[in-house]
Amino acid sequence: MVTSVTSLGRSGLFDWMAQRLSALILLAWTVYLAARLLLAQELDYASWRALFDAPFMRIFSLIALLSLCAHAWIGVWTVTTDYLNTAHLGRAGTAVRLLTQAACALLTLAYLLWGARIFWGG
Amino acid sequence: MLVSIYRYNPEQDSKPAMQSIEVEVPEGRDLMVLDVLELAKAKDPSITYRRSCREGVCGSDGMNINGVNGLACVTPLSKAAGPGRKLVLRPLPGLPVIRDLVVDMTQFYKQFEKVKPYLINDKTPPATERLQSPQEREKLDGLYECILCACCTTSCPSFWWNPDKFIGPAGLLQSYRFLADSRDTATAERLAELDDPFSVFRCRGIMNCVAVCPKGLNPTRAIGKIRNMLIEQGA
Repeated sequence: MVTSVTSLGRSGLFDWMAQRLSALILLAWTVYLAARLLLAQELDYASWRALFDAPFMRIFSLIALLSLCAHAWIGVWTVTTDYLNTAHLGRAGTAVRLLTQAACALLTLAYLLWGARIFWGG
Repeated sequence: MLVSIYRYNPEQDSKPAMQSIEVEVPEGRDLMVLDVLELAKAKDPSITYRRSCREGVCGSDGMNINGVNGLACVTPLSKAAGPGRKLVLRPLPGLPVIRDLVVDMTQFYKQFEKVKPYLINDKTPPATERLQSPQEREKLDGLYECILCACCTTSCPSFWWNPDKFIGPAGLLQSYRFLADSRDTATAERLAELDDPFSVFRCRGIMNCVAVCPKGLNPTRAIGKIRNMLIEQGA
């Protein structure tokens, strides 16, 4: 058993499933939005606003946003643990990886809060 | 024909270099790469490599042949280089070189040991032997044949990047060999050891292992089966 406290769910199975589930949610959201855009009679600010003001779309968009954050974190975490390590970068490897991961985590959190404010901020 | 061989003696050389040797290959016969290597060694006896059975059973002469991992003794020259092409021999990638084509397999064996590659059964042994039905025995086909030549694991980028954490295709194939064994009673403990983000899940399914296995085995399928067992147990 290899332990790693920086992965999203600590368990390999959890991360694997979360990545696949979040991908399906993002796909559904994208297809739904594309369909609404294609089927829209006219596309102006009012109809766009009405679409995102509907409670269904607000909830759906927030779930999609959470999925995006989880998906991105699992992906970035995997890439950084592959390439930013002591094998590639020498002794500084772990520090470089942790700093990069911390920056990505902060950015993800900022996007999440910003996105939630856009979808739910009235 | 021209053979280019990776040469490195850490006690003398500051860095590795490729040595070109002209070898007379007999006409009208398709030699194995190992035969060509033997001809090259006749010219320069300092060339170092491992070999033993010369028929793809012992797994000693795994090496990188024109960019593809394989056993020199069962890789025909026609397949490795083709007419008019140079034969390029390098050590298996991703493991420290001891000398020339000989690599240090310690990390590979450490990962193999991690999966406890032996039967665990906590029940009282029967007077004769533990029997299996033909169907139960069939589940081990495609798993027990592995000769641990390391061609698969050293062709896997996930192993190159995390050789201390990712078990690698050879180790995981052996892991599934015992997970699938009807006589083994440690399934839950074995699976618990594997449910971390590296041991199994660092496999990204690129299937280099399947492409290079000299025995035609499919570690990617075994890894998929381990993942399914983890899902059934843990989800």
